[in-house]
Amino acid sequence: MSTITAQRPRRSGTTPAAARHRVAGGLLDPQQLLRSTPDALRKLDPRVQLRNPVMFVVQVGAVLTTIEAVATPTVFAWVITVWLWLTVVFANLAEAVAEGRGKAQAATLRRTKRETTARRLPQWRPGARVTEETVSEETVPAVALRVGDHVLVEAGGVIPGDGDVVEGIASVDESAITGESAPVIRESGGDRCAVTGGTTVLSDRIVVQITSQPGQTFIDRMIALVEGASRQKTPNEIALNILLAGLTIIFLLAVVTLQPMAIYSHARQSLVVLVALLVALIPTTIGALLSAIGIAGMDRLVQRNVLAMSGRAVEAAGDVNTLLLDKTGTITLGNRQATEFLPAQGVSLEQLADAAQLASLADETPEGRSIVVLAKRDLGLRARQEGELVGASFVAFTAQTRMSGVDLPGGHQVRKGAASAVREWIRAGGGEPAAELTSTVEAVSAAGGTPLVVAERVNGTARALGVIQLKDVVKEGIRERFAELRAMGIRTVMITGDNQLTAAAIAAEAGVDDFLAEATPEDKMALISREQTGGRLVAMTGDGTNDAPALAQADVGVAMNTGTSAAKEAGNMVDLDSNPTKLIEIVEIGKQLLITRGALTTFSIANDVAKYFAIIPAMFASVYPGLDQLNVMRLHSPTSAITSAIIFNALIIVTLIPLALRGVRYTPSSASALLRRNLWIYGLGGLVLPFIGIKLIDLLVQFIPGLR
Amino acid sequence: MIAGWWQALLIVAVLAAVHVPLGDYLARVYTSPRHWRVETALYRAFGIDPQADQSWSRYLASLLAFSLVGALLLYALLRLQAHLPLATGHPAVPPGLAFNTAVSFTTNTSWQNYAGESTLGYLAQATGLGVQAFASAAVGLAAGLALIRGLTRHHTDTVGNFWVDLLRSITRVLLPLSAVGAVVLISCGVVQNLADPQAVTTLAGGRQIILGGPVGSWEPIKLLSGDGGGFFNANSSHPFENPTPATNVIEIILMLVIPTAFLRTFGTMIGDRRQGWALLAVAGLLFAFVLVATGAAELAHHDPATLAAGAATEGTETRFGAPGSATFGVAATATADGAANSSYDSFTSLGGGVLLATMMLGEISPGGAGSGLYGLLMITMLAVFLGGLMVGRTPEYLQKRIRAPEIKLIALYHLATPAAILVGAGIALALPVGRSAVGNPGAHGLSEIVYAFTSSANSNGSAFAGLAGNTAFYNTTLGVVMLVGRYLPIIIVLALAGSLAQQHHGPVTTGTLPTHRLLFISLVTGVALILTALTFIPALALGPLAEGFHTMPSGY
Repeated sequence: MSTITAQRPRRSGTTPAAARHRVAGGLLDPQQLLRSTPDALRKLDPRVQLRNPVMFVVQVGAVLTTIEAVATPTVFAWVITVWLWLTVVFANLAEAVAEGRGKAQAATLRRTKRETTARRLPQWRPGARVTEETVSEETVPAVALRVGDHVLVEAGGVIPGDGDVVEGIASVDESAITGESAPVIRESGGDRCAVTGGTTVLSDRIVVQITSQPGQTFIDRMIALVEGASRQKTPNEIALNILLAGLTIIFLLAVVTLQPMAIYSHARQSLVVLVALLVALIPTTIGALLSAIGIAGMDRLVQRNVLAMSGRAVEAAGDVNTLLLDKTGTITLGNRQATEFLPAQGVSLEQLADAAQLASLADETPEGRSIVVLAKRDLGLRARQEGELVGASFVAFTAQTRMSGVDLPGGHQVRKGAASAVREWIRAGGGEPAAELTSTVEAVSAAGGTPLVVAERVNGTARALGVIQLKDVVKEGIRERFAELRAMGIRTVMITGDNQLTAAAIAAEAGVDDFLAEATPEDKMALISREQTGGRLVAMTGDGTNDAPALAQADVGVAMNTGTSAAKEAGNMVDLDSNPTKLIEIVEIGKQLLITRGALTTFSIANDVAKYFAIIPAMFASVYPGLDQLNVMRLHSPTSAITSAIIFNALIIVTLIPLALRGVRYTPSSASALLRRNLWIYGLGGLVLPFIGIKLIDLLVQFIPGLR
Repeated sequence: MIAGWWQALLIVAVLAAVHVPLGDYLARVYTSPRHWRVETALYRAFGIDPQADQSWSRYLASLLAFSLVGALLLYALLRLQAHLPLATGHPAVPPGLAFNTAVSFTTNTSWQNYAGESTLGYLAQATGLGVQAFASAAVGLAAGLALIRGLTRHHTDTVGNFWVDLLRSITRVLLPLSAVGAVVLISCGVVQNLADPQAVTTLAGGRQIILGGPVGSWEPIKLLSGDGGGFFNANSSHPFENPTPATNVIEIILMLVIPTAFLRTFGTMIGDRRQGWALLAVAGLLFAFVLVATGAAELAHHDPATLAAGAATEGTETRFGAPGSATFGVAATATADGAANSSYDSFTSLGGGVLLATMMLGEISPGGAGSGLYGLLMITMLAVFLGGLMVGRTPEYLQKRIRAPEIKLIALYHLATPAAILVGAGIALALPVGRSAVGNPGAHGLSEIVYAFTSSANSNGSAFAGLAGNTAFYNTTLGVVMLVGRYLPIIIVLALAGSLAQQHHGPVTTGTLPTHRLLFISLVTGVALILTALTFIPALALGPLAEGFHTMPSGY
């Protein structure tokens, strides 16, 4: 089975340090233009065209000039007519190319969604054991499944629909969805119970309770999304469309009322010229590219393995004021790690490390393992195999003792654990923890670390050996990333279950603006509501069921694909890579989407100035020769001037398709800096470029025979 | 010629000094919780609760009802003037002209299809037109105030109380300022009497009828209100209205003072004076731009007549000279006032074209009383929309988001006036009845018609002359265009105020587009210029540009 991995440039190396500052998109394959041409022609259907008022006006204009050209054929009329039709086709092409890229992805997704059958367990109720004797099983097509049905999936079977594991544990290959080939564990209960239809169980057997209707599964939604079938215009897109329609009406009025003025001036204009003027004036560039920009924006998210359930969410991402970031996984690498051994007075570093390693050998927690790693890395202490320690009995960590360790033969006991618990243990063993130990413990806490005290009891006397400092390791480059966000006007808030002191230290190290320590789901909700009351838009990531209310409340809620169905349902985006740092990229893509629209609108309007300088003298210099002074480009003849303006108008659309698909260059910076840059490039550039372009086209067009 | 520019500098200096305290005073007037005794008495008489804030639709209904009643009363007064005192022998105004005039003064346009001295008695002038000068200016200020409140308030559907805004504008702003202005102007030689026409024998032995009238009390409100209708047909070129270069400067200042001070009021009321400065900067840039352009056109001399005179002096008053006329003309067209101290028809083709284009900007440099502010805010919000997208956020202005419902209104606003102008002028040029009224053939005639509709649609009222406007066709079409050009924008402005008032205020961060910096000011100015140019260049090309470039010797 082919997966979509091949189609998507993977960006799993999205560590902040490696993050590219340009939000890049796929390249435009020239062949894609050819492939999309049939689609572009199909879109000439007026009912399709009506959705885009600007291009609809162009199409109506093209029909009118066609009639005129047939009635009174001239080279000029035909050239203009052909280029007007090309303008419409180019606009359709932009949309078709953008959609085409999604269609390719949808096709591969569809292949994963093959006809599957399900083994439904009609009588089974949660809690019952699944054996052939107790449970009757029926085979039904996957499409017949309803919400609440229980199905059995065994190794090698394809999970027939989205659901939650309610019984058993299994490793699942989710590459069909995520493109990630490493299998993941799915088990009943907890935050790893969600499974997606179309993925394959690799081992064991599970019972899945179906949570979505056929046709509305994750894959179905994903296909609809990438195909753009469910694409609805986003709020800013609607607003921009209204503005473009308004401009179109203004120019329509200007052109329609020009004819009586022209007749009064004894310079009656032909229909072809008037239509040409209208098409040159209305904002065709942005009108042609607007929907392609929107589709490409969603596509850029899909390429980063993020599924946005609505375009609205993508736009909201650009507006976000506050990012709520979970400490673990986003800001820090993961779990706490041992970073330093701090021996007590009279104890050598080796002694402490040796004891710490001994006490951690049987500790399978990430913290425990990191102690063994540190001892090896810093002091070269080889981890002893369990068999080496004859007669040793390991004491596991429990919530009551809050210690773990080992009892060696000969009454030698080693313990490590929370400071207070170990201190008690020392006192119980007749020792007295030194005051200096307390101060070390406090110093580690104050620095945001977690102190673990190591102690031993030899011959009945207990003493402290020192302290292991556990620390969260802040991701490389994250600090710079937050500084960029700050420059963009986005506040970062770190969410952590750590205590105030630890949280403050990590917050300072990572450079976040604020933090929420000892956070409960209720605290998170309260924080979001508080931010939103102040008019701020909040984005967050989450995966657990208890994140669901907050994900739903947030303006942008990105659920991790590893998370529960409840979390995925509540959020408005799903990150298939389950990488919380991606929230930052999502914000950038949202901004880039808006900037692309704004920049091309400005460009489109600025273009009109040059077109006037081409067309107005061409129309009226015959009756008012003085107006030829406006012909600053010194264009060859009136007909060549108008033709050049129309050809430029059409070609600029094709030229800008790659930009529309890729998005304009975006570097995180303040609003002032962004405005300055984009005004220079798209405002001033939009004023100047057409003067050059039209002149160049005129140099060629004047050689068309019959065009004068 | 240098003196002319010193005059402009003097005006700028006086306005710079005056607009700050006046603007702050206005802000206090409109935010004070106290009512004057005379105001309370009037509220009681009309059964108005001055404490009750109105929703935008109630506010609008009050505004429209007030204007309708005003227009009907004025119409009645004009039709019945023969039967009323102080008619000085004038008969009733014919229905078509009465409609046009009533609409004209109610809409703060004061387009005059009549000559004041030969059509109207003192009662009609002073109580009919004069009262509407106050009322129509107060209506404009009210619409501006509602929009300010829409921007400052949140989570509400109220935008203030129309009656309170209206009355305070009259009692606390327009009346006191007019009184001061009248005293100053009368002391400088402007006529003020209720005398009958005087017959005199001139030096050459001919007989001339000299008309007087309550001109001194009329003049300041004509200028302050943005109304601009002349007591005499010759408007401010008549020596009784504007006798000296000194009164000329005073009159220019009176035209500009409320529109500029109101921008300060805006900054003060929204609690961010920088935003007021930004709007003033946009208005100032546009004003400087058109002033320099007009000056250059008028002072350029390249044919024998203008070379001899040193400037294009035809149609200008020798009292003021070409610069004084150019400055007055620019001020009158840039403020929606439309007064005249010279014949704009006789300006050079390009100079007259600049005055025409100044109005086409939509009266934002700095525009009329109240209407200048909302015009500037509308173009600013359009620039915010483009600029906001370009910084990657949903566009926001003063912490209010410009989304689909808002941009719909903003787009409609920018469509309304151009549509009225272009459709009106297009119809007039298409019909023989419209074409036959022009005083000059060719491009100049086209300018006359386009000017008439532009002036009417923008509530300006200045005339290019030449056009015989007192016909059934022009009385009707210009009247309709005045109504559309005044009230459609006001309806849109109030709807926008209501929509904005309901929103909450968003936060301000470094990601928010700053709307007070030079970059943004240039963006707004650029958007205003480009949008106007794109809409009107075809019309301008066939009028002033065709004429101007045509008459210009090649290789100039």
